[in-house]
Amino acid sequence: MKLITHNMLTSKCLKGVVTGYPLAISATNIKVTEVDFNPDFIVRIIPKIDWEVFWKAADSIGHSDGLPQTVESKLHDNNDFLKKVHRVLLEVEIDEGHLTCPESGRQFPITKGIPNMLLTEAENKFAMLLKSANDLYHEVFAPMPRQI
Amino acid sequence: MSKRPEHQAPPELFYNEEEARKYTQNSRIIDIQAQMTERCIELLLLPEETSCLLLDIGCGSGLSGAVLEENGHMWMGIDISEAMLDVALEREIEGDLVLADMGQGVPFRAGSFDGAVSVSAVQWLFNADKKSHKPVKRLYQFFSSLYASLSRSARAVFQFYPENESQMELLTSQAMKAGFYGGVVIDYPNSAKAKKFFLVLMTGGSAPLPKALGTESGEESNLQVMYARREASKRARGKPLKNTKAWLLEKKERRRKQGKETRPDTKYTGRKRSGRF
Ligand SMILES: C[S@@+](CC[C@H](N)C(=O)[O-])C[C@H]1O[C@@H](n2cnc3c(N)ncnc32)[C@H](O)[C@@H]1O
Repeated sequence: MKLITHNMLTSKCLKGVVTGYPLAISATNIKVTEVDFNPDFIVRIIPKIDWEVFWKAADSIGHSDGLPQTVESKLHDNNDFLKKVHRVLLEVEIDEGHLTCPESGRQFPITKGIPNMLLTEAENKFAMLLKSANDLYHEVFAPMPRQI
Repeated sequence: MSKRPEHQAPPELFYNEEEARKYTQNSRIIDIQAQMTERCIELLLLPEETSCLLLDIGCGSGLSGAVLEENGHMWMGIDISEAMLDVALEREIEGDLVLADMGQGVPFRAGSFDGAVSVSAVQWLFNADKKSHKPVKRLYQFFSSLYASLSRSARAVFQFYPENESQMELLTSQAMKAGFYGGVVIDYPNSAKAKKFFLVLMTGGSAPLPKALGTESGEESNLQVMYARREASKRARGKPLKNTKAWLLEKKERRRKQGKETRPDTKYTGRKRSGRF
């Protein structure tokens, strides 16, 4: 998982969770893969990045060196800055570890660089709404022993 | 004719290791997926010469993603099948992958993407693979979370395989309910082989749908246009708006004609009741 993905990813599909953002990173293995440098893309993506979240995420995995804590538009012409952003945003990858939902504490494992965001039906915010009245009826009444 | 994959097993089981490999090595499939992805990109109407951030829904082993890369875009993909994503990793795709079920909602924050594509995946949402699955709700859940994850004026384009007309209506209606404008574009509607369905969804206001390929000039192959026309003709026939006084009077008149018991019209008919009683 690249930090650009981390910057967009949420656990808001969990029941009882409002924003589910940002997810905390615990990394046991980090790798760096080379990606073609495209300065135009970086310039375009910067306004969409939640910079504070990006900087803290980079810092939490030891990759914030040389990355300014705030971003100013004059930096957009600075090639070294764009290269640095490119590296941390697109080349650094969490290979193994997990993400933690800031509201519920639910953990999402990351294996082979892929975060597993699958929820059980009971965890899904909307699954409960999907229960038909019939299902609910059985859940409420079926467990009761029929004694009388 | 062979059975549709969606009728055989849930997607995470159907696309197992063996199927994922078979699928990704089939040169005919590779070609077709590539062609359909190219068409999706065309229908996205992205700003020219700009590399965008796109979401690939049901990205599988990255056949569609590879085409996004070739077109200079960065992408993220979600898929429910681990086996398909494993093959994507082996193929060293550039996109970033997330294991997720689109029917549970798209797990990204608001305004993340410049556009979304989905190639041969969304028909899986018509299945009810678990007891609690309700296709209509999963579709709505999917579309509304997708709507939120797109930036303003972004589009989402889905190539899909509808089984029948009602699936197409269901898909379109749930997308509209979630806030999208748009409809289905049918390329080569008269060719059994080349016929392709694309659901084109727009976020920022209604714009005319792109023209379908392989249609005679003037011929209609654009379902959205068909739906829109149906509504317009309703209005043209002079049907009054629902819950207005005119609507109520007309309804009562109809009931009388049918011989049903109906209260006489008075000056109070169709008025708001005062909260007093
Ligand atoms: C025919 S493949 C297409 C893959 C890729 N888009 C391509 O063009 O080659 C359909 C994909 O949809 C995925 N899929 C089906 N249902 C899904 C769901 N509910 N959520 C996410 N992905 C799903 C399957 O796992 C499979 O990888």
